[in-house]
Amino acid sequence: MKFGVVRFPGSCDEVDALLACRRFGDAELLWHGDRDLRGADAVVIPGGFSYGDYLRAGAIARFSPVMEAVAAFAADGGPVLGICNGFQVLCEAGVLPGALLPNTSLRFVCRQVDVVVENADTSFTRACARGDLLSIPGKHTTGRYYAPADDLDRMEANGQVVLRYAPGENPNGAEHDIAGVVNEAGNVMGLMPHPEHAVDPLTGSTDGGKLFESLAAREPVLA
Amino acid sequence: MSEAAALSQRHRQLGLTDHEYELIVEKLEREPNEVELAVFSLMWSEHCAYKHSKLLLRTLPTEGPAVLMGPGENAGAVDVGGGLAVAFKVESHNHPSAVEPFQGAATGVGGILRDVFAVGARPIATLDSLRFGELDSSRSRYLLDRAVAGIGHYGNSVGVATVGGEIYFERPYEHNCLVNAMCLGIAPRERLTRSAAAGVGNHLVLLGALTGRDGIGGASVLASAELAEDEDKRPSVQIGDPFEEKKLLECCLELLDRGLLESLQDLGAAGLTSSSSEMASKGAVGVDIEVDRVPLREPGMEPFEVMISESQERMLCVVEPGRLDEVLALCERWEVRATPIGTVTDTRRLRVFAGGEIVGDMPVTALVDECPLYELEPEAPAEPIYPAPRPRVDPLHIPADQQLLELLRSPSIASKRWAFEQYDSIVGSRSARRAGAADAAVLALAPDGGEGALAVVIDGNGRRVACDPYTGTVEVVLECAANLACVGAEPLGLTNCLNFGNPEKPHIAWQLTESVRGLGDACRALGVPVVGGNVSLYNEGSEGPIFPTPVVGMVGVLPDPARVPGMGFAREGNAVALVGPFRPVAWGSEIEKLTGGMSNQLPPVDLEVQRKALELVREAARSGRLTSIHDVSDGGLGVALAECCIAGGIGAEVELEWPGLAPMLWGEGPGGYVVSGPPEAVDELAGTAGEVPVRRLGAVGGDALAIAAGAARLRVQVTDLKTAHEQAIPDLLS
Repeated sequence: MKFGVVRFPGSCDEVDALLACRRFGDAELLWHGDRDLRGADAVVIPGGFSYGDYLRAGAIARFSPVMEAVAAFAADGGPVLGICNGFQVLCEAGVLPGALLPNTSLRFVCRQVDVVVENADTSFTRACARGDLLSIPGKHTTGRYYAPADDLDRMEANGQVVLRYAPGENPNGAEHDIAGVVNEAGNVMGLMPHPEHAVDPLTGSTDGGKLFESLAAREPVLA
Repeated sequence: MSEAAALSQRHRQLGLTDHEYELIVEKLEREPNEVELAVFSLMWSEHCAYKHSKLLLRTLPTEGPAVLMGPGENAGAVDVGGGLAVAFKVESHNHPSAVEPFQGAATGVGGILRDVFAVGARPIATLDSLRFGELDSSRSRYLLDRAVAGIGHYGNSVGVATVGGEIYFERPYEHNCLVNAMCLGIAPRERLTRSAAAGVGNHLVLLGALTGRDGIGGASVLASAELAEDEDKRPSVQIGDPFEEKKLLECCLELLDRGLLESLQDLGAAGLTSSSSEMASKGAVGVDIEVDRVPLREPGMEPFEVMISESQERMLCVVEPGRLDEVLALCERWEVRATPIGTVTDTRRLRVFAGGEIVGDMPVTALVDECPLYELEPEAPAEPIYPAPRPRVDPLHIPADQQLLELLRSPSIASKRWAFEQYDSIVGSRSARRAGAADAAVLALAPDGGEGALAVVIDGNGRRVACDPYTGTVEVVLECAANLACVGAEPLGLTNCLNFGNPEKPHIAWQLTESVRGLGDACRALGVPVVGGNVSLYNEGSEGPIFPTPVVGMVGVLPDPARVPGMGFAREGNAVALVGPFRPVAWGSEIEKLTGGMSNQLPPVDLEVQRKALELVREAARSGRLTSIHDVSDGGLGVALAECCIAGGIGAEVELEWPGLAPMLWGEGPGGYVVSGPPEAVDELAGTAGEVPVRRLGAVGGDALAIAAGAARLRVQVTDLKTAHEQAIPDLLS
């Protein structure tokens, strides 16, 4: 299993994601200016402030050369995990439904949060059971998940809401307490909390490792 | 008036005295022109030349077995073993923050990050020491809100964890807030880079942002004079661009990794002027700079403006001609602007060219080393300098329970969660103890499970230093060492930022002199060298000087971060003990402030027994036998016990052998540690303590903190302690 971790100028958590992936498989960084995914079986788009995020979170990164390749990879069914800024980029690129709006507090919030696994039948959560509580840190200014009410109902019905903040834990005002979603095909996931920062008991929790473990357990895509 | 006569008046506006101006004429053997006068006024400013503090700073101990780079480089560095070096420094950005708190604080973080990656170290953590007026003032609430937002904006966007810090609220900071930022970076020892320019004929390459008119004269106009008429100075505050900094950081580290640079220096105060002349001075060479080649943000800038602009996110490096193409290519990959703007010469002069002509020509030694240094004229004040605060609590008329809750609600003691949740404290995967979990931040040396850890802390207490500048400063060093001891770390070095008022006033000179004497004595007693620092003087507003505020950042190492005890009580039935030579008094304490007092003395400190207590606590923390360790600080033993309960979410029952609760509970002083652990572990500690007192106080358990002393009783539910502690600042801000 080989993970590719995208590095944009302004990415902050790409090395953390790389180290987390390496606990479960091979991993290397993918440069934003390249269209080559270097044989990755799964792609991680990490957190940070790609290209400074001065226009709108994720708005510039979606136009980068590497994202053309990631979009094609995803369209072919390749697994893509977008974390925080990566989630924002995937929503901007239209690969995931909905959008991420500024937190209701309008402030950056860094806090350990509990999220509930709502769907354990995805490539990203198969190492969990439905209803599991995962302790994972969140840290962002623009993490309030939003989609029109009809879309939210459809996503709920389809099982696309994969992670939900536990009662009282929603740090940003997200609709339906949504912390992470998948696309309709189920091969692209975005989440605001940072699983790569929850893979070592020394730094607080290992619950985030479940997502990487799930991906690593997936059968490799045959060329 | 002739042009020369007009210029000779100009020097006063630029902050130079008549005597200094005459000296410049003597060094140049002629009158300076516009460019030269601008350059001298900055290089000879307090901010760049340390002219009122250098003689004092020379008395500090700077050598130690772990020191790799001492004061004088962009940051100091110590050897942490395993072939790794840690570079760190604290710097002030006080006056810019008082004028425009968001950008002032943000660029303070940006500047200290550049100091650390200039020496080749990857920044892994920042900490901030902040001082504001009381929160009943709308100006103080505004400064706090925007400074915290600015720190978060910059640090979060660059991807460097903000792992700790401290905030105090005191009236004397109302008009002159303090924003001190510290950064800590890590590097393979062989990558540590010095800033001395070398190699005649090598290129000077300017990296990073465009040069604009922002920050013109920041070092002289803002940083080296008392604050007044804030609005007029707003154009002297720089604007930060963390995205540019992030690219610059990654690019510089890769340039160094590939061995492409001869030397590297950041552009801070006084911009190109100070960076180029300091590089030349250290390398005993000269530099030629062609201002026409400097990429500008706006057209029509004068040569002197280009030379002194303080535009952020810029670095200057020296590159051999044969490596220039490779450097430019790597910068292009990182989308970092790189422009050769000059050359290293053998002239020992800083020469500035514009339009093919020399527009400035100055000896480097005159700029960097020959600014006159002034002896201070210290005089202990006959009258108190600071008015007593308005009383907020009448201890005779409220019960002890209420006194404890009032102390926990006091903004200087209350939880700073509101602030630190706005900072990314975990990026980098090293944060083994986050803010609020232990007395010092603990950072794994390797982010992927390797051995060893760093501990880092920043501290200062202006109120106590105001009571007694010598002893107060000794206590600041002890407090940092105590915080490190609580997580089992042995200190390797410290950095300091001396924030004081106008040193030309005798009583401020006395505060500064006494404080530096205390700093030196404490460092020598504990064997901790000073590896770098910064001085911020002229911190005075219309209502007088700030509290004298030496801020100390201390770095240590520990073998096993997994064994580090937290600060909170955790297990029912654990024994609670007070360890150390703790002799609390009301002088300089928070309870004295709440009751409207302001002392002018502190009891003397026995550094030898303090050192023994530090060693005992450090070994106890490393042993992994204790459940929690927390040092007694602001608010005294009562607040320390409450903090242990709040952090652990569990109560404790404690009995004191003293006839009454105050001042034992609320009095303050160095050398007290609250520990908890299995009773046999606490007994064992007492058995090995020697002359260091270990007093059993009681046991962990229940849902309330209950304290008895003789007939006096105190009992507060942990949930009430927690609410008082955590809600105080949000309530004051809403």
